[in-house]
Amino acid sequence: MNILAIDTSNDVLGIALLSKDQVIGEYITNLKKNHSVRVMPAIEQLMKDCGIEPSALTKIVVAKGPGSYTGVRIGVTIAKTMAWSLGIPLSGVSSLAVSAATGRYFDGYISPFFDARRGLVYTGLYRFVDGELQNVKQDTNMLAKEWAEQLRDLEKPVLFIGNAMHVHEETFRSALGTMAVMADPAEYNPRPGELGRLGMNMPPEDVHSFAPNYIRLVEAEAKWLEKQGRES
Amino acid sequence: MNEKELLVLGIETSCDETAAAVIKNGTEILSNAVASQIESHKRFGGVVPELASRHHVEQITIVIEEALKQAGVSIKELDAIAVTEGPGLVGALLVGVNAAKALAFAHGIPLVGVHHIAGHIYANRLLTEMKFPLLSLVVSGGHTELVYMESHGSFQVIGETRDDAAGEAYDKVARTLKLPYPGGPHIDRLAHEGEPNVDLPRAWLEEGSYDFSFSGLKSAVINTLHNAEQRGETILPENMAASFQQSVVDVLTEKTVRAAKEFNVKQVLLAGGVAANKGLRASLEDSFQELPDIQLVIPPIHLCTDNAAMIAAVGSVLYEQGKRSSIDMNAHPGMDLGS
Ligand SMILES: [Zn+2]
Repeated sequence: MNILAIDTSNDVLGIALLSKDQVIGEYITNLKKNHSVRVMPAIEQLMKDCGIEPSALTKIVVAKGPGSYTGVRIGVTIAKTMAWSLGIPLSGVSSLAVSAATGRYFDGYISPFFDARRGLVYTGLYRFVDGELQNVKQDTNMLAKEWAEQLRDLEKPVLFIGNAMHVHEETFRSALGTMAVMADPAEYNPRPGELGRLGMNMPPEDVHSFAPNYIRLVEAEAKWLEKQGRES
Repeated sequence: MNEKELLVLGIETSCDETAAAVIKNGTEILSNAVASQIESHKRFGGVVPELASRHHVEQITIVIEEALKQAGVSIKELDAIAVTEGPGLVGALLVGVNAAKALAFAHGIPLVGVHHIAGHIYANRLLTEMKFPLLSLVVSGGHTELVYMESHGSFQVIGETRDDAAGEAYDKVARTLKLPYPGGPHIDRLAHEGEPNVDLPRAWLEEGSYDFSFSGLKSAVINTLHNAEQRGETILPENMAASFQQSVVDVLTEKTVRAAKEFNVKQVLLAGGVAANKGLRASLEDSFQELPDIQLVIPPIHLCTDNAAMIAAVGSVLYEQGKRSSIDMNAHPGMDLGS
């Protein structure tokens, strides 16, 4: 069993190789650099270092979003093409779930988040039950302020994880007070090893039709639908 | 002599068609699969880039598989993978580029990045062998160029549009005439029903220039219609379409003929989506009839619009010339043909 995990859904570029029950290689950068240029060389280098040929791969796991539309698409395109052409299964994992996995030993809820500009975040609510990551509130795209209010009403501790901490920390703290727990910067990056672990036993997707989970509609489409709604 | 077969897979995703094709020995089409998105963009009156990118991701492996299946070729048998590197919509290009890189890496196949316009020109090589020096008139939604080629893989742009591409002008005029998207074919059809009796300008630019300009013409159409409306007169849309088309075709034909003579070319190749235009085809055929030493080549419509056979055709030539792209290849939305 050799699994290649790919996450390009945000600034973090993460590649991991898993062999049997070990994470044998991980490559992570958190840079505002072009994924398109760097992902394939990173995969090539890591596989070379780990001594694994593409033909020895048994599964591909990819972070399917939410995140940067272009970023997610790069990872998903590479994952689909490799899985289809090598004839191996593909599993897609929520990019937020990957981040949530970092909070494994936290006793409470976990809210991973990515900045989505104009006060918005991509986020969801997770928790570990008997060592298994469970999704409590579906991944969503909303105002950080609104999200914080929803979490406050749970009256339980919530762990916040994300590289955009400096953007939204204040909002979360002021709504949740002492119930808000902030991850350490060392835990902000979603780890591709976690991605591989989360996806290894997931059922395979239909490779051809597999698509990112953008959460948001294309802006032009949303406007068009709104207009149709008004006219009918 | 026992020549080895050269099998090249082409991948093209620069705009709103997801396409893959397999070409043998640079000239023979074994398959040419295209998934068009035109229906999804229609309601917006133009291509929505983000929507195009989303469709590409959903179609890419289906289309590549289709191309290989139709060709009866397995991935292992491929000698090279050619992909459109640019120009085009960046998000759309990225899907093809990353699929090509993943495929090349996973199976150890050489990768060749290709210029989209070079592809349009090489669509002609799928019909007949190129004879150098040659001239190509490239007309599409995004491009209007005269390209001089001395040999394979050498492209010299001797004239290009300074503002709108011919295809853009067609789409804008079509919108003014309230024709459905995409407007080009509708204008072409209407033009054949009308008389070119509306006086419209022809932008020749400076003496000897091979450049083009269509924005003045587009404005003239809009102003003429507006003024007529103010005076309570009606201009029949078919007459306006015919007059507009005549103006575009006159300039394209005159400059092509003049360049063909000046550069002493053996062949003139028509290329690009607007090459499907009947008015342009007829006008070029007419003019080159009087120049029997120059062979005019006009590809069938399915090779004029975006496809991957043309990308594989250029890729085959570049591959044989030793060109290889590396795994850190990026998409180049504003790529120059000369580079
Ligand atoms: Zn084109």
